[in-house]
Amino acid sequence: MATHEVTFPVTDPAEILKLRAGDEVVVQGHIIGIRDRTQIRIFDQGIEPPMDLTGAFLLHTAPGVRKLGPGRYEKVCIGTTTSARMVRFTEGLGERYGVRGICGKGGFPDEAIDPMRRLGMVYFAIVGGAAALETTQIEEIEEVAWEELMPECLWKFRVKDFGPLTVGIDAHGNSLYRDVQERARKKLEDIYARL
Amino acid sequence: MSVIATDLSQAVEDAAAHLYVWALRDIPQDLRDALATARDRETSTTGKRVLETIHRNVEIADDQGNLVCQDTGIAVYYCRVGEGFPLHPARIYEALRDGTERATVEHPLRSNTVHTLTRENTGQNVGFRVPIVHWDFVPDWDGLDVKCVPKGSGSENMSFLKMCVPADGVRGIKEFVLDSIVGAGGKPCPPGIVGVGVGGSADYAMHLAKEAIARPVGTTNPDPEVAKLERELYELLNETGIGPMGLGGDVTVLACHVEHADTHMTLNPVAVNYQCWAARRASAHVAADGAISYERDV
Repeated sequence: MATHEVTFPVTDPAEILKLRAGDEVVVQGHIIGIRDRTQIRIFDQGIEPPMDLTGAFLLHTAPGVRKLGPGRYEKVCIGTTTSARMVRFTEGLGERYGVRGICGKGGFPDEAIDPMRRLGMVYFAIVGGAAALETTQIEEIEEVAWEELMPECLWKFRVKDFGPLTVGIDAHGNSLYRDVQERARKKLEDIYARL
Repeated sequence: MSVIATDLSQAVEDAAAHLYVWALRDIPQDLRDALATARDRETSTTGKRVLETIHRNVEIADDQGNLVCQDTGIAVYYCRVGEGFPLHPARIYEALRDGTERATVEHPLRSNTVHTLTRENTGQNVGFRVPIVHWDFVPDWDGLDVKCVPKGSGSENMSFLKMCVPADGVRGIKEFVLDSIVGAGGKPCPPGIVGVGVGGSADYAMHLAKEAIARPVGTTNPDPEVAKLERELYELLNETGIGPMGLGGDVTVLACHVEHADTHMTLNPVAVNYQCWAARRASAHVAADGAISYERDV
């Protein structure tokens, strides 16, 4: 398993294609915070996001913040939420907006594997609950859109050494989550046989 | 009498405000020990990476006085009220709600509470029937014990209930718990505490499962039959290979706690409630004169 450093947004698809399920990744540059209500607004209500998502790295988050002034916030505690609830937006994010990385915790179900392969996207697994650490890796909240959805706004963060992340699903059709589930289901058959 | 009641309201409010933030910042020692043991035991590369990161995170939360996890959860309190405690539970509830709200504003904490249909945020982690408070009443005593268990949604979403039939037996209970935890995968932030409630009624089984996750790691059920089930489930769950954050590995759960109640001859309810690795809890004792002492468990 290799270790990589990737700067987002990416412009070269090779940066994504080199990543393999299980690899360790540290991210630099800019990332976009997004959550349930943000994506419901984009896809179900058909409202265009007021930020460029081309080549972007999306983080499933609803940060804890302190308001400094109009449109200005400082971080208090920023962590990551469960991704599975938002899997149905994967294809649209890749196809319509050119998103390249989605980061969350707990993984995506198998329905994400095919769109991620076709569209050259990667799912990054973060350590859920490790928000104190994550907060130190977010240097600044640079932009906030849709403040009325607080805390489920569209956030732009500048990050430094964001991670360690694990490639959970790569752009080649591999998923750690599918592998783990397959092995666990087999194991359950053994266990049930001896109960 | 009314002066005492007013002071006591303030004392309970202060206790709630302190407990909520304390629980969120500083995870219990029993959990830290269990996570350290898990880190030493884990052999997979991804699992070790996750458990190392958890360790770093807990250290940073200590050093910076920050919250361990951003999910400030839904505030759940367990109250044991002495029959001689000079503040009525109706007022205790108000004080717990006010303390929760005050902590949320002062820290500030992320506010999570929304109307369940409109999804509009209802304020500062308070709302209709929120916080959630469970009550026990104690005869021949004039104190109040409060335990705060902020419950994150990632783990709470991984709650499961099955009305097994008597013929399913203990085997049916085991299969349901195993199936639930494998199905949950990485979503509830493993390795955590699996709480299982068996017996009673449907609602009471889930109540017991929630009580089970609020117990310290290392405690066992006093009933030897139930304690045996706890040990067996713990071993079996760690055979599944789900691993830290569901990425595969040796350590899937830190503990499995089972609470039980007697039940109807035709019932065999089993409820599963998960608590993430950041299994937060903190307690206080409020004396009849308003003096507060903070302890991890009371």
